[in-house]
Amino acid sequence: MFTAFLVGSIIIILTDLAVLDAFKNFFGAPGAALSAAWKAITTAYGSLFEGSLGSPARMIAALQSGDSEAIGDAFYPIGESLVAATPYIFAGLSVAVGFRCGLFNIGAEGQLFIGAICSVWVGFTFKGLPAIVHIPLALVAGAAGGALWAFVPAILKAKAGAHEVINTIMMNYVAFRLSEWLLNGPLKRPESANPVSPFIEQSAELPRFFPDPIRFHMGFFIALGVAAFIYWFLFKTTLGFEIRTVGANANAAKYAGMNITRNLIIAMCLSGALAGLAGANEVLGVNHNLANAFSAGYGFDSIALALLGKSHPLGVVLAALLFGTLRSGSTRMQNVAQIPVDIISVIQALVIAFIAAPAIIRALYRLKAAGEGEGAVFTRGWGK
Amino acid sequence: MAATTTAASLKSVAEESHKTRSRIFGVAFIVIAIIAYWLFANGVDPALQSTFGLNQGNVPAEQRLPDWVIPSYGTVTLLAILSAFIGGYQLARGFGRYTNLMLGLVVLAFIFSFLTWATSDKSINLAGMLRTSVGAAVPITLGAMSGILCERAGVVNIAIEGMMLSSALMSTLIGSVTGNLWLGLLAGLLTGATLAFVHAVLAIRYKVDQIISGTVINIFSTGLTSFISAKFMQVYQELNNPGTFQSWPVPILSDIPIIGGIFFTSNIFTYGAYILLIVIHVGLFYTRWGLRVRAVGEHPKAADTLGINVFRTRYINVVLGGMAAGFGGAYFTLGSVGRFDEVMTAGRGFIGLAAMIFGNWSPFGAFGASLIFGFADSLASKLAILRVPIPSQFLLMAPYVVTMIALAGLVGRATPPAADGQPYEKQ
Repeated sequence: MFTAFLVGSIIIILTDLAVLDAFKNFFGAPGAALSAAWKAITTAYGSLFEGSLGSPARMIAALQSGDSEAIGDAFYPIGESLVAATPYIFAGLSVAVGFRCGLFNIGAEGQLFIGAICSVWVGFTFKGLPAIVHIPLALVAGAAGGALWAFVPAILKAKAGAHEVINTIMMNYVAFRLSEWLLNGPLKRPESANPVSPFIEQSAELPRFFPDPIRFHMGFFIALGVAAFIYWFLFKTTLGFEIRTVGANANAAKYAGMNITRNLIIAMCLSGALAGLAGANEVLGVNHNLANAFSAGYGFDSIALALLGKSHPLGVVLAALLFGTLRSGSTRMQNVAQIPVDIISVIQALVIAFIAAPAIIRALYRLKAAGEGEGAVFTRGWGK
Repeated sequence: MAATTTAASLKSVAEESHKTRSRIFGVAFIVIAIIAYWLFANGVDPALQSTFGLNQGNVPAEQRLPDWVIPSYGTVTLLAILSAFIGGYQLARGFGRYTNLMLGLVVLAFIFSFLTWATSDKSINLAGMLRTSVGAAVPITLGAMSGILCERAGVVNIAIEGMMLSSALMSTLIGSVTGNLWLGLLAGLLTGATLAFVHAVLAIRYKVDQIISGTVINIFSTGLTSFISAKFMQVYQELNNPGTFQSWPVPILSDIPIIGGIFFTSNIFTYGAYILLIVIHVGLFYTRWGLRVRAVGEHPKAADTLGINVFRTRYINVVLGGMAAGFGGAYFTLGSVGRFDEVMTAGRGFIGLAAMIFGNWSPFGAFGASLIFGFADSLASKLAILRVPIPSQFLLMAPYVVTMIALAGLVGRATPPAADGQPYEKQ
């Protein structure tokens, strides 16, 4: 993690023109150059921090003044971070469940889109339902959509041995095209010129706890609940045990009489359902409609997340909180320090690389090899 | 390694049911034929004709080829019968190793039926369309070549997309700064090679799961290119204006009617793809180098015993593959639009991966698949002109769907190198 941020700051330095100018006469005035570099980094990470968690001083001041609007403003960033963390929790769990069964679900992004489409459709089609019925219905629709999308690669893997990585990649693109078409055609909001869906009924919106602009909503607690459920499912039920066994050693699982096909399909569908929930959560809790670019790459980031969380629900939740704060803080970083949000992707890629290859970090810091690391090893061939 | 054995047992099950699968394919061909007939011939007035223009650009009047006019109904019916016949033969005898080729033919027949139906009573410039198809096929082919180079040596490369994207950016940047397209191209090649080297180090030295390492490169490339693009290229437009390679007709070949215009009037990227295609094909199957590469990909331990340096072979191949992807990436900017836009490769690298699988890890197979995918691509962009009530998105889905079918249906046929994706540990 730390190393990733370090590399991130080097990139920030290298791309900051003011700093580069200062470095031109590095030998003349090394102090100036270093302080310019330091300033660039502190502005960047400072605004990242403030944008994600809020400034403590403002919070205290707001609480003391007792002005509700000021309190709202001061706590807005932290709320946004939790909002951004919510889909990450779902999507991270999705990839983690796949990993536990030895499956690599790169298709979380596509499943997320399909989940969002299904739940937005339920959200605006059914009218006059009470919220207590409508919200669960929309969530279930989202989960079902995601599960359906994951079912195709699952059945192909289980029955024909086709590698799920390729199939989930292909399904991703099918999902993107499908949603593109739906938003330009059948699901298009009639009065809009842009490819966006109609707004969902108020009864399908996940309730928010604070007055606008704080968008913190129920989805966060649902996500925590689901994470607890996944923990229970994976570690306390027979089926969860079977899934983990298939992932750890399929031969042993088969020898013990477990049905590999069935476990693969169940794990993949569960994974898809979780990704679908991530999409449903975004449309029901945050956007209230569906636009083409609604997902900020949650599905792809979730791979990093699941690895960071060691495929454990608790780890995933913590990693999701971290990524959520990064994501929401980076927007402010873009405004204040003129550093494009995409730097976050770079940092994430580095995080994955360093987690997947702990040896790199050891080599960098000249640490001694600390026994056999638990590194994520799922290596195997394509169609086998 | 556990998963390998599961998968192996799954595979043996799959091979047992291979006969059934082959029949399923026969049925699928017939179903496609029926659907094609039902959709594109049924209810079409037999008198209607589809007109295909065969000229492109400004051809002097005396050299103009007459338009190719065919009866819409008749053509579609004929193609449907042909597909059904292929299906019937597949059911009765099976095509064996040519099944993939047949699938390609049936898909092509289906797409062409669609085109005929769409142009019934209208006309379209077929030659121009085929030309754009070849253009669209170039990056896909190069991506597939990159995949073949890596995977034949046993390293899975799903980072083609990321390599292409980074190389597209770097070639634009260097090309603009130096004002020299060749230097830009070189920068693109080097970028691909560098990323590939990272992939190779992660996958071979650190034995990271090759899919994870590929994902890392993809995410990293998307992030870094968008970052640089937003930070510099959109602010300083002069950094994003490298110009493009001019089209250069091949002397004799470009004078061949129709084909010359389609295949041999293009820029160096297209020719580079042809050359690469032939070089890789000959290299892989007719040279000592190729034999060694394939040995490393199929059975590294045996190769090692014979004194072949497995690690070095893999490193070299992955880096070469990265250069192929880099060449393909430079096509997007220097060979086509002449500027870089965020995420401009738009999944072409993954289609290249798909073409590689569809073409059964062989260069010419992959090229054929790329042409079909490119054709679907260029047809999709023509739909609006033809005012067809079918959304182009469905055509754009075709490559992905067809690949999934090929991969699922032809296990035992679409066979990756045996050691693909497995790190090698020297004992």
